[in-house]
Amino acid sequence: MSTLGWIAINGFRESVRDKVLYSIVAFAVLLIGASYLLGQLTAGQDLKIMKDLGLSSISIFGLFIAVFIGIGLVSKEVERRSIYGLLAKPVRRHEIVLGKFAGLVLTLAVNVAVMTLALYAVLAYVGAADDELVRKAREAPALDPALIKAVVLILVQLMIVTAIALFFSTFSTPIVSAGLTFGLYVAGYFSQDLRNLDQVVGSKAAQNLARGLYYVLPNLAPFDVASQVVHGLPVTWQYMSLTITYGLVYIAILLVVGATIFSRRDFK
Amino acid sequence: MERSRLSVAWAIIAVLALGGAAVGLQMLRDSRYPLTTSDEETLYLTRRVTSRLVFAHRSLVADLYWIRALQYFGSHALKAKRPGAAFEPPPALAAERPVSFDLLYPFLDIATTLDPRFNIAYRFGAIFLSEGNTQGPGRPDQAIALLEKGLQASPNKWEYWQDIGFVHYWADQDYPKAAAAFARGADIPGAPWWMRSLAATTLAKGGDRNTSRLLWQQMAEASNESARYMARLKLQQLDALEIIEKLQKGIDAFGIRRGAPVTSWNELIVARLIPGVPLDPAGVPLELDSSSRVTVSMQSPLFPLPFEPAPRTGP
Repeated sequence: MSTLGWIAINGFRESVRDKVLYSIVAFAVLLIGASYLLGQLTAGQDLKIMKDLGLSSISIFGLFIAVFIGIGLVSKEVERRSIYGLLAKPVRRHEIVLGKFAGLVLTLAVNVAVMTLALYAVLAYVGAADDELVRKAREAPALDPALIKAVVLILVQLMIVTAIALFFSTFSTPIVSAGLTFGLYVAGYFSQDLRNLDQVVGSKAAQNLARGLYYVLPNLAPFDVASQVVHGLPVTWQYMSLTITYGLVYIAILLVVGATIFSRRDFK
Repeated sequence: MERSRLSVAWAIIAVLALGGAAVGLQMLRDSRYPLTTSDEETLYLTRRVTSRLVFAHRSLVADLYWIRALQYFGSHALKAKRPGAAFEPPPALAAERPVSFDLLYPFLDIATTLDPRFNIAYRFGAIFLSEGNTQGPGRPDQAIALLEKGLQASPNKWEYWQDIGFVHYWADQDYPKAAAAFARGADIPGAPWWMRSLAATTLAKGGDRNTSRLLWQQMAEASNESARYMARLKLQQLDALEIIEKLQKGIDAFGIRRGAPVTSWNELIVARLIPGVPLDPAGVPLELDSSSRVTVSMQSPLFPLPFEPAPRTGP
């Protein structure tokens, strides 16, 4: 296995040893299960609520995992001074950054898979009780394969967040990294507003700045297709591939910059 | 080993004692400082603020507002069903404010702003908003505004036109507008054939009980269980109206014949006119009041019966 692979596997092992991770996933699974109860309050909208709550749980708890583990990936090694031992080995610095990122993505993928299975289990239980008329009337079937599309886009979004956290982690403290990552996450949902700022602001300079920020900041809103999927509306493969490719390119940029900063950092 | 068991026993005793103390303290605090429940009249946030604050997970927050709207409508409708709740007492005598449904539309508006394809929020919301007769706010204008908002988001939803027709038919008793709405819905590709006949029947015989029955029968075939339940209830109410009409005729005739009004079912049973106390379609005994009027019981799920739309007159 390559050096990068070893670092990734070690990163994965390290994060799965973290008890907080289990608490987060257990809580998410519990919440997804509890959505069954919430669904009973909603005049025939049980499946919609379960899917909404399930997908939101995957996204929110995935975000916590991405941020709180991502910000410590590099900075913890520096704080604990274990970075010196790592750097003494025949490992290139960018391999450390990429390996750490791959390890956390693997952790995220496993956790997202667990939460998705929990969601499908609850949906299967509810869907099994549907009679033919109710089944036909649903906007989307209980065990809708299209949910996977929403989950995949959530995973890519979480990968972007992980890359952001890792990027900040290469030169900043965990607390500052967490603040900046959450800030960028929120800004990522408002980037549409930046693009439309010219409709409310007259200044040409402000318009150009907003336009520039629109392209620089991550645009996270397109990764949220939960509403379309829950309502049974199509999410085309073209849209999926375009959005995923954008995500991967953005991740690549963050990793390149992060690895460069980390490579030039003086640990003396 | 013995020592370890002893320490576990002590731990259990300590937990029980502390747990008891915690419960006692809670009870003491609750008795001195009663728990405040959430203010019913609090909207939480305006539509504009909510849609800015909820930048992600909008669909989930829409669900929460929908649940809030259901609870709000349900609890207020129950309050309104209490005898006398419909009549506003003089301020000096009023123990509490009359039941108001002021927040229903804002709740539904927020839910549908956050999730513009929230089908059930438009359809049920419109039914709730148009419901008058002490059971709801009686705001057909808001019901139609909500459905029109739904049509902006999903122009191909013929069901929203069906519901607009419903609101015009029942709440406004404006049959030409109802027929026009059914016809607009019928024009949408995929609309069922009966939408067209519904438009024609409404235009020709609006207000006729059979037309009303036809409207609810179509709704009773809806896919949503709650919609079916409501339609079945409305059909039972129409049946109840028919039963009451027949009984009333017989009672009035019997009263005239014997020269005194009938004030109890027993008089009719003794006269062998009816075998027993008649039941409404929900299985609850009907009531005969001192002025010889037959009504459904307040205990019946069919109470109160709807005001029937006025039959269409003229061309």
